[in-house]
Amino acid sequence: MLKNSFKEKININLLLYLGIIVVSVLILTFLDMNKREYIYAISIIERSLVFAVAALAMNMVTGFTGLFSLGQAGFMALGAYTTAILTIPVELRPNVYYMEGILPALENLSFPIPIAVILGGVVAAFFAFLIGIPILRLKSDYLAIATLGFSEIMRAVIASHMMDKITNGAYGLNNIPEFSSSIECFIYTSICIIAMILIINSSTGRDFKAIREDEIAARSVGINIFKTKELSFVVSSFFTGISGGLLAMYMSSINSSTFQITLTYDVLLIVVLGGIGSITGSIVGAFFVTAGKELLRFFDEPLTVAGVNVPLFKPGFRMVIFSILLMVVVLFFRKGLLGGKELSLNGFKKYSRKKEDKGIQVGGAS
Amino acid sequence: MSTFLQYVFTGISVGGCYALIAIGYTLVYGILRLINFAHGDIFMMAGYFMIFSFAVFPFPVAIIITLVATTALGILIEKFAYSPLRQAPRMSVMISAIGVSYLLQNLSTYLFSGLPQPYPAIPGLKQRVMLGDASVSLVTFITPIVTIIIVLLLLRLVNKTKIGMAMRAVSKDYEAASLMGIKLNTTISFTFAVGSLLAAVGSILYFTDRSSVYPFSGALPGLKCFVAAVFGGIGSIPGALLGGFFIGISETIIKAVGLSTFSDAFTFIILIIMLIVKPTGLFGEKSVDKV
Amino acid sequence: MKKFLSIVLSLLMVFSIVSCAKKSTGEVANADSAAANVEKEATEVAQVNTADDGEKIIKIGVFEPQSGQNGGGGKQEVYGIRYANMIYNTITIGGEEYKIVLDEVDNQSNDTEAVSAAQKLVADRVNVVLGSYGSSVSIKAGPHFRKAEIPAIGCSCTNVQVTKGNDYYFRVCYLDPFQGRIMAQYAKKHNYNKVAVITELGDDYSTGLGKSFEDGCKELGIEVVSHHEFQKNEQDFNSILTKIKSANPEFIFAPSSIVTAPLILTQARALNINCQIGAGDTWENGTIITNAGDAANGIVVSTFYEAKSKEEAEGEEAVFLNGVNGDGNGFLEYLKSQDPKEEMIPAVSALGYDSYLAAYKAIEKAGSLEGPAIRDALAELSFTGVTGDISFNSDGDAIKNTAYIKEVSEGQFVFKEKV
Repeated sequence: MLKNSFKEKININLLLYLGIIVVSVLILTFLDMNKREYIYAISIIERSLVFAVAALAMNMVTGFTGLFSLGQAGFMALGAYTTAILTIPVELRPNVYYMEGILPALENLSFPIPIAVILGGVVAAFFAFLIGIPILRLKSDYLAIATLGFSEIMRAVIASHMMDKITNGAYGLNNIPEFSSSIECFIYTSICIIAMILIINSSTGRDFKAIREDEIAARSVGINIFKTKELSFVVSSFFTGISGGLLAMYMSSINSSTFQITLTYDVLLIVVLGGIGSITGSIVGAFFVTAGKELLRFFDEPLTVAGVNVPLFKPGFRMVIFSILLMVVVLFFRKGLLGGKELSLNGFKKYSRKKEDKGIQVGGAS
Repeated sequence: MSTFLQYVFTGISVGGCYALIAIGYTLVYGILRLINFAHGDIFMMAGYFMIFSFAVFPFPVAIIITLVATTALGILIEKFAYSPLRQAPRMSVMISAIGVSYLLQNLSTYLFSGLPQPYPAIPGLKQRVMLGDASVSLVTFITPIVTIIIVLLLLRLVNKTKIGMAMRAVSKDYEAASLMGIKLNTTISFTFAVGSLLAAVGSILYFTDRSSVYPFSGALPGLKCFVAAVFGGIGSIPGALLGGFFIGISETIIKAVGLSTFSDAFTFIILIIMLIVKPTGLFGEKSVDKV
Repeated sequence: MKKFLSIVLSLLMVFSIVSCAKKSTGEVANADSAAANVEKEATEVAQVNTADDGEKIIKIGVFEPQSGQNGGGGKQEVYGIRYANMIYNTITIGGEEYKIVLDEVDNQSNDTEAVSAAQKLVADRVNVVLGSYGSSVSIKAGPHFRKAEIPAIGCSCTNVQVTKGNDYYFRVCYLDPFQGRIMAQYAKKHNYNKVAVITELGDDYSTGLGKSFEDGCKELGIEVVSHHEFQKNEQDFNSILTKIKSANPEFIFAPSSIVTAPLILTQARALNINCQIGAGDTWENGTIITNAGDAANGIVVSTFYEAKSKEEAEGEEAVFLNGVNGDGNGFLEYLKSQDPKEEMIPAVSALGYDSYLAAYKAIEKAGSLEGPAIRDALAELSFTGVTGDISFNSDGDAIKNTAYIKEVSEGQFVFKEKV
């Protein structure tokens, strides 16, 4: 899997990554031990981690393969519902399905959390496989709309009466087991993130990038375009499904309105801010967006300067500021915080001599 | 019978509004190869412009102000959010469009609150006409007529005038057109102006029958009209017209047979089927891959 | 350059997380020094907050949507709470006087934001939470309050799931199954034999209430001739309504948000559907009349509260209507000063007031700021609020068996009957 060129880099980078992991574990253990005081911080971190997985998965298909997919919310819903249905404690189920009852087959079907989360990913991947066959033949923006449509269809199906005994229809699911500690969340998410990094850096990952750079050239060197696209789409959806399952655990209750288009936009925002085609960018972006949204909360509260009420500050202002920030990044920092580059020690060393811009061209010729 | 008539009128009137919005998508896509995600929100803003101008001015003036303000908004969005990205990859522009949509929704929530605002009744338009048992407002008849007149005018504009020729040239080949001395920015701004103007007209017709506006008013019609534009073949004006009516009428039928739960899902299923069977839509031109 | 910028930004972010964490540590430190005897065990730190000038404060969290789809209704509820806070702004516990401070967060009527907003309140170490308007966000936030042992009191969240299985969530309003049955009884009483139902797809409030109404109708032998669901953000109801019209119902029940209400009303009347239209508590809102105009006349809603005249009001309601001095400068006057567009007292404001009062009385009774103690006090609490007698059953729901039915007549909600 790991080719030589990659191995050279790995030595120093590995140190950096190990360092980051150790430091994160230490910080999280400390926070967990003082959960009561730090619950807000823990919640922000958990949410950021979950979104980091979702963003990286989106980046894999959008940034690395060049397929603009807007179906994230749909795949997250699939993962979240699968995880939820399989992990809600059996004794609480009659309580959750209090309106319509539960399908007898599901009544006692229960899995340990990690298996349920992975199954959530598998279900999402399966659906991605099915719809990928027709829609991946579409060109960039048509693909975006088709996946968006898929996500909306999923949402309508989940909420419909037909599915009452499985998804609990409009009432949603609750009592989903939560993360016992932020370390648990960190373990799940970091396994996903490392797995995705390995895939992106493998030879398959290079095939993805080849398709992104030039589809026709990629075909001429013997890459099976369709198969590779399908693979990227399925793998990305697998991890999106997992992130959905983790989101369900983070929120501990979900319903169909959780998975609207805005959720996809939130993930997209992270990918864009972090830099399309940058792994570390997506991770940093997830923290930046999630924490940013919380930090800007003071914009929503009335502000009084020297006894004068500043009329600008009222609920809703935060989101305006946030959308303006997004526009600023899109327009003036077009490549996001990190561009197509990665945050690494190697990068630091090479930074001085390598000025060549490897910014990506996504979307093909037009 | 009267129920059937009622459905027919509903379908046609919704379809007409959809067609007007869909044309906006089609024009912009034709020229910039950009799905203008903010188009639905421009439509929503037009609703608010009307509410505020109507509060101050008599209705003919208010209508003119709405049309002008919406057009200006369209041009402004193009200038600020899209024109700096002319050379950027297509995805960046699309993301910028999503960003504008996000901004307009948040801004209107902030400025006008999330509560619906009553849409003014324009004298005459809301007059009810009884056809047997079916009750139809005047605007229901006016909508398809206005739509068709506008499409005819638009086709004339595109095919017969100099600026129309420039539009076609830019949509065929961007760089070649600018080499031929066509002012790229002016042409693009003009396209946005026309698209937004149509959205404003559509908004007046649409909201008159629906009577209130709120920040997410544009979201659903926006998506549906995009589907309509794709259905008819994006880039083609008659296609958008046909697509608008098709989506409007089929949606009405779906609801009429009692499947209202899936009406949106159905719209998207049409989209996906269409994209698979004939990706260029009914009247779309085949795009050629350049190596 | 970009890389540098990104490093700076990420550092900034890390720093900010740490700093918000620090802030809460600061509060703990203060608490410890203020009450030196309090056990230092992290889980048992007394939730005492201290203002900058050393004055002791109690924080009451206000978990309400102030933007998004339910922003308008949430705002009205907040006004009720703020007004209550103006009247009852200090409390004496164990001989010490505490100032009550409201900590408002906006849950944006959005499920994921609601979780963060709830966590913010937990981190701010509030003693009690009030809210929310809209059940969905309350259901999402509930487990987080329970985990932090913070009692929460819902104002107008009527869905069953809010309090079910959560011993820290209480509410001062009635529930959807009750409300649905009330409306079914109303239909029966007025000899409506054929009814139609319209609900919003994927919305737990709308679907749940619609279902309770249907169940009630079945029990009473009323035929449900048509049931339709519409999509979120739908604006075109013509086809649904045409379908309903062809089924010829005598009553239409359309529980939905105040955003969709005027759309349904005007379009129904325009299609010449002349039967009565009814809905649940959300529709009792002045904006519907402003938006729907004449089309709103004749609709019926079930609601939590009917204001008596200022002279007739007694006890708490008198305070609410006439102000604490009894000078007639009561809530309505306060509301108008905040939002000149309001013309009547929304029921949700009264509920907001009552939920604040419940929290106040419970803290007073518990004589403590510990979550579990306040919860126990709430469970046994019984008092007369603005909206009537309030005490909680084992689920934490207010035991209420009165609902008010109001009808819109000439652009005003007019009391019709008490059920």
